[in-house]
Amino acid sequence: MKEAPFPESLVAPGHGACAGCGCILAMRQALESLGKNVIVTMATGCMEVVTTPYPWTAWRVPWIHVAFENAAAVASGVSAALKSLGKKGVKSVAIAGDGGTADIGLQALSGMVERGDDVLYICYDNEGYMNTGIQRSGLTPFGAWTTTTPVGKVKRGEDRPKKNLPAIVAAHGAPYVATASVAYPADYMNKIKKAAAIGGPTYVHVLAPCTPGWRIESNKTIEVSRLAVLTGFWVLYEIENGKLNVTFKPPKRRPVADYLKMQGRFKHLTDAEIAEIQRMVDGQCKRFGIE
Amino acid sequence: MKQTLTGDEAAAIAAKLARVKVISAYPITPQTIVVERLSEFVANGELDAEFIKVESEHSALSACVGAAAAGARAFTATSSQGLMLMSEILFVASGMRLPIVMANANRALSAPLSIWCDWGDSMAVRDCGWVQLYCENNQEVLDLTLQAFLVAESLSLPVMVCFDGFILSHTTEPVDVPKQREVDKFLPPYKPRYVLDPKKPVTMGPMGVPEYYEEFKCMQQEAMRAAKEKLVKVGNEFGKRFGRRYKLIERYHSDDADVILLTMGSLSSSAKELIDRYRARGEKVGLVKVRSFRPFPVRELIDALEHAKAVAILEKDISLGSAGALFIDTAAAFINVEKAPLMLDFICGLGGRDVETLQIKEAIRAAARAAESGEVRKAVRWLGLREKLVGLRV
Repeated sequence: MKEAPFPESLVAPGHGACAGCGCILAMRQALESLGKNVIVTMATGCMEVVTTPYPWTAWRVPWIHVAFENAAAVASGVSAALKSLGKKGVKSVAIAGDGGTADIGLQALSGMVERGDDVLYICYDNEGYMNTGIQRSGLTPFGAWTTTTPVGKVKRGEDRPKKNLPAIVAAHGAPYVATASVAYPADYMNKIKKAAAIGGPTYVHVLAPCTPGWRIESNKTIEVSRLAVLTGFWVLYEIENGKLNVTFKPPKRRPVADYLKMQGRFKHLTDAEIAEIQRMVDGQCKRFGIE
Repeated sequence: MKQTLTGDEAAAIAAKLARVKVISAYPITPQTIVVERLSEFVANGELDAEFIKVESEHSALSACVGAAAAGARAFTATSSQGLMLMSEILFVASGMRLPIVMANANRALSAPLSIWCDWGDSMAVRDCGWVQLYCENNQEVLDLTLQAFLVAESLSLPVMVCFDGFILSHTTEPVDVPKQREVDKFLPPYKPRYVLDPKKPVTMGPMGVPEYYEEFKCMQQEAMRAAKEKLVKVGNEFGKRFGRRYKLIERYHSDDADVILLTMGSLSSSAKELIDRYRARGEKVGLVKVRSFRPFPVRELIDALEHAKAVAILEKDISLGSAGALFIDTAAAFINVEKAPLMLDFICGLGGRDVETLQIKEAIRAAARAAESGEVRKAVRWLGLREKLVGLRV
């Protein structure tokens, strides 16, 4: 028998993720980069729910879920056990969504990074509490509709900008912090590989669309993800030992309207509101040295 | 070898003797000495373990869950608010059947803030699926903590060893500390049934759909039932090796007693002294001490109490809107028993209030009066309450 051209996916098919789910893609790409010698701790959320309805599991690596806000702490415990039992060559990896990372899990993440625990933490950011039916999180972007930031006569979607989580983690002095996108798998997987190889707390934040939450067609996941980067709405970079490196600079930045107009969650935005978001994106790009 | 130890030190030494591999804990009064001593043991190289200095109790227990799932013997310690912050993960740890051992120095719950002893903290989580043992003295703290690991690991059940804050945690007593090699013979290294290992991947903590959830809970209940036998077996084995035998309950002059005091923890010590005085006068008063509150020793308590005319329950907790937890469970134990003693519940010592001999006498007198008259006018009472402050006669 001939070998299959690709290694067996460590996140098995048959899971219950939506068609076009950006997050499950982020899982598969991460695991493909990491390989088998990992122990994955996952926070409560979409990826946990769709992959492990007992007695089924999509995980071909050792995997544990405990609760929503504590993936970092559980992964610290796994890491400590590996160290204490002298088990070498196994990486403790924590995975959580934006809510489980930036909101309810921020304290545990802060503790993990500050203690210098040997854990790679991956945040899959779909910009809201999608598992519970699209509510806003601290990482929901300005202007976005969610069920808790509805568009009404007085309020027009999310009224606060997205929390800058990678910067918060970097401020702890983590040796490696990176952002990524599922539309740039080589960049993402390189960062995962790098982050896993560095001992100590490392952090990769991957933007991953939620088709029902972002109100996009299931075949638009990659296109939307790519536009997030090409418009400068989402910047791909890494901070290694405090040194910033933008890993991809869009050659000619597209207007943010191209990104926003593809998504139902932004469809209420007026030209003036889009112009305001463009100003925010311009400011962000300037800080990263992107034209 | 006898050493003079506080309850906290006894717990820390027990964890060291158990050769725990991962400790994850956050300081809180009155548990603090436990984490201080364990930090010293690790810092001095006396204990080969990883001590994760977490940022909260929630993370303390979460890290223990991760460590236990990855195959390490894991230990934590807390009190009061800390236990409350852990409460979410208490249920997860037991549901995932991870044999974590915890020392809980019992302390009252806020509000108002109190750092002093009562059992409100551990009683608030009595449904969390952890074995709960209550210690009378510092020797028991050490002995039961050692036994806790064996019970926990053989049944895949987490165990909470509770001891009265300050009364035991900060009070020194002579404690017989067994030799390491003797403990090693009693307690072999942890061999997990299931472990997170890339060589044989398993999924832990999946989503339990309605077709399966109830069975998981039933299996936990079954493990709790099995824990009764296991606690006795381990208590016997411990007795053979170290000369101190342990059972689910302890009977003290209760076999022929008309009036029995039922209590737990360090209250038993004060009560025993009082029982001796009654006995010296020929009065048939006895004591039964509950050591294992979870699993609740229903059969053992029926055997120990059914001949009595009245039982006075002394407890440092109250399930607000109902009664004390020990009373509720003891009363429930007798629900289908033909001849049950009368039962009176005495809430006492909340928030560290001293329980004086005079008050225990008052409880015994009230139970004796009930035994004589055959009726209980008021089942739940408060002992040592400053009635003027609340403007009530209780």
